[in-house]
Amino acid sequence: MPRGEATIGHVMAQIAMVMNLDKCIGCHTCSVTCKQTWTNRPGVEYAWFNNVETKPGVGYPRRYEDQERWKGGWTLDAKGRLVLRSGGRAERLLSLFANPDLPGIEDYYEPVTYDYDNLVSAPAGPDAPVARPRSALTGEPTAITWGANWEDGLGGAPEHAGGDPNLTGEWAERVRFEFEQTFLFHLPRLCEHCLNPACVSACPSGAMYKRVEDGIVLVDQNRCRGWRMCVTACPYKKVYVNHATGKAEKCTFCFPRIEAGLPTVCSETCVGRLRYLGLLLYDADRVGEAAATPDERDLLEAQRGVFLDPHDPEVRAAARESGIPEDWLDAARRSPVYDLVSRYKVALPLHPEYRTLPMVWYVPPLSPILDAVSGAGGDQDDPDHVFAAVTRLRIPLDYLANLFTAGDTDIVAGVLMKLTALRSYMRARSLGEAGDEAVLKAVGLTAREGEDLHRLLAVAKYRERYVVPAAHQEDAAALTALENRCPVESSGDPGSAGGRRVMLGIPTQRHRPPDASTGEHA
Amino acid sequence: MSTTGHPLAAASGGDLLLWVAVPYICLAVFAVGHVWRYRHDQFGWTTHTSQLLEHRWLRWGSPLFHLGAFMVIAGHVVGLAVPASWTEAAGIGEHAYHTTAVWAGSVAGTAMVAGLGMLCARRLLTRRIRLGTDRSDKLLFPLLSATVLLGIAATAAHNLVGPGYDYRATVSVWFRGIFGLQPRPEAISDAPLLFQLHALTACLLFAAWPFTRLVHVWSAPIGYLVRPYLVYRRRATTPPPVSRGTAASVPRADHL
Repeated sequence: MPRGEATIGHVMAQIAMVMNLDKCIGCHTCSVTCKQTWTNRPGVEYAWFNNVETKPGVGYPRRYEDQERWKGGWTLDAKGRLVLRSGGRAERLLSLFANPDLPGIEDYYEPVTYDYDNLVSAPAGPDAPVARPRSALTGEPTAITWGANWEDGLGGAPEHAGGDPNLTGEWAERVRFEFEQTFLFHLPRLCEHCLNPACVSACPSGAMYKRVEDGIVLVDQNRCRGWRMCVTACPYKKVYVNHATGKAEKCTFCFPRIEAGLPTVCSETCVGRLRYLGLLLYDADRVGEAAATPDERDLLEAQRGVFLDPHDPEVRAAARESGIPEDWLDAARRSPVYDLVSRYKVALPLHPEYRTLPMVWYVPPLSPILDAVSGAGGDQDDPDHVFAAVTRLRIPLDYLANLFTAGDTDIVAGVLMKLTALRSYMRARSLGEAGDEAVLKAVGLTAREGEDLHRLLAVAKYRERYVVPAAHQEDAAALTALENRCPVESSGDPGSAGGRRVMLGIPTQRHRPPDASTGEHA
Repeated sequence: MSTTGHPLAAASGGDLLLWVAVPYICLAVFAVGHVWRYRHDQFGWTTHTSQLLEHRWLRWGSPLFHLGAFMVIAGHVVGLAVPASWTEAAGIGEHAYHTTAVWAGSVAGTAMVAGLGMLCARRLLTRRIRLGTDRSDKLLFPLLSATVLLGIAATAAHNLVGPGYDYRATVSVWFRGIFGLQPRPEAISDAPLLFQLHALTACLLFAAWPFTRLVHVWSAPIGYLVRPYLVYRRRATTPPPVSRGTAASVPRADHL
C-alpha cells in the first residue's frame, strides 16, 4: 500500500496465520496433534491450545464470545481511550482474591479418562467388558455431558446452537428450530498472538510478553504467579490455568518449530491443507492508534493499515533500520499471509471488535451460501445464482459478518463475491474454456492475479503455504539456553522421575531459505 | 519485668528454648528458606489458584480471608511493634487503645476466621481440590488455622469476656526484644497459655512460610499499577532496538 504521507515507525515482524475455512472438514487432526504435543499433561487435561468448533454453536468454553459476561478484550471508554473490558489496573488488583469473570471448569468441560484396565482385567463372563468414563479430576465414575467439540457437526443444535452469542433474536430461534436446514462450518481456533494482546496487558506479574522478533505471545513460566487475570482478559479464552502447577499456559505457536523454520504442529498436520503461515511486517508505533479506532467496523481496515508492504523499498529500508534481517525481509515478500490479508484482501480477522488486533485470519467459507443456493433449488456453479444469494441471504451473511467484520455485511459479501468469481473463472479455465475475465474484473482481480490466488487457495503447495524463516544464528546462544528448559514444565516433585525437565528434541538448526530446505510435500 | 544486669541469665532453660532459640531458628529458616526457594524454585512460586475447579465458596471465602488478614496483620504491627509509651505520647490512652483494638480486632479476626473456614471447607469437601492439595498445603492449612484460632481465642478469652490482659506489657516486649537482638524471654514466660501458644504457632508458621504457597505474598503485583500495558521481550541476546513513542517496555529476556 502506498505510504507516502506518513513516515514509517518502528517496523516489527510477526509470524501470522491464515485459515481457509472452506477447506476445513472438521477432522480435529490439528487439535489432537496439538494436544499430544503440548497439553497431554496433568493440570491441562481440559485445555485445547487448538480446538475446532462447529458454527453456529456456543463454542469452547461455552459462550466465550459473550463479552458482556466474560469481559474479554478491549473497549473504548467515554473519552475514546482504549481500556480493558475487565476494568482498570486498580480494579484488577482488587479482584485478585476472587476473579468474578473467570470461567469455571464446568464452562469448559470435565475432562475424563476411561477404565481401560477393565477391558483386560475383568473376570470372564457372558458380557464384553466396557471401559467406563472416569473424571480426570476426581477419579470417580462420571457421566460425560459436555466436551470441547460437543456440538460437532451441529450435534445438539436444537438444544444449544441458539445460545451462540453471534446469533440474536429471531435468528437464534430459527437456527434452533430449523437446524437441519441451517448452515454449518468449522472454525479452528488457536491463540491469535494479537498485536495488542489483552492477556499481556492484564498480567499483574508482567509474566506474559510478546516476542520482539516474531510476535509470538508467551507466558514466562518462571514469572507467572497464578493471578489468572489473563484468562479473563483474553476474549478468545485461549489462555488456560494449569490447575496442577498453578500457572497460566497458552498456545506457543510451536515456537521451537518456528525458530527452526518449521510450521506449527497444527499446520503441519492439517489434513485439509487450509493453514498458511508467513510473515507480516507492521508498524509497531501505530498499533495503539489502530486498536482505538472509534468505529468497530473500521477496525479491519485500521489493522490492515498497520501492516506494511514488504515490496515497498521504503518499508524495506525502515525494516532494516529496525534490525529485521535480510532473509526475513525476503520471506516477508513471499508471505502467503500478506497476499491473502493485504494484497487480495480475502482473509478477515476473527472478531476485530475485541480490539486486540488478532493475527490469525480466516478466509470466510463460501459453503454456507452454496448450501443455501442448492437448498433453494439454484445452481451452485452459476455465479449469478451465487451472487444473488450473497446479497439476499441474511442469516449466513450476517452471521459471518458478526464473526469476521464486526457486523459489516458488505465486506463479507465482497470477499464471498471474490471467491465466487474466482471459482467460476477457474472452473471455466479447468474445463478448457476461456473464462470470463469480466467477472474477475468486477471483483478487482486480473486474470493473472486470479490464477495466482487460485494457486494459493486451491493448489496450495506446502512451500507456498508455509514460508517460515528460521531464527537467526546470532541468536544461537539464546536458543541453546532454551534447550535446557521446557516452556511448560510439569508439576510434581523436582527430584523424581529423572528430573522434571522434558527435552523437546527440537534441533536448533538454521534452515536455508525454503528453496534449499524441505522438499515439496504437497 | 526483670531489672537484673543480663535478663537472659535469669531465664530458665525451657524459657530460653521456647522464647529465644525457637524464634531465632524459625526466623533463620524463614530468611534462608526464602533465598533458597527464590533462587531454586521460581516455577513453583505461585498462588496456586484453584478458582478454576471451585469458585462458589472461593468467591466469598478468599476475599474475607485476605482482607481480614490484612487488617489482622496491621493490628499486629501496631500492637507488637509500637510500644505503649509511643501511643500514649500520641494521646491515645490505654483504655481507648484497647477498646479500638478489641473492636477492630474482632471484626478483622471474624472475617479472617470465616474466610479461612470457607477455604478449608472447600479444600476438604470438594474432591477435585482435595486431590490437588499438596504436602505444603497439608502443612500450611492446619498451621495457619491453629495460629488464627489460638489468636482469636486468646483475645476472646482474655479481652472480650475476661478481665482484660495487657499483652503490650509482656508479649510485645518479648517480640520487640527478638528483633532488637536483646531477647527478653522473661517478658512472655508468664503470659497466659493461649498467648504463648499463639506466639509459638506463629513462629512455626514463619518457619514454614518459604516452603508453602504463602510465598505469593511477596509477589503482590503492586508494580502493575505503573507498568506499561504492553510487554515486549526479546528472545535473543542482541540489544533491544530503539523503541519510539509506543506504550511498550522492552526488558531484556534472560531466558525463554
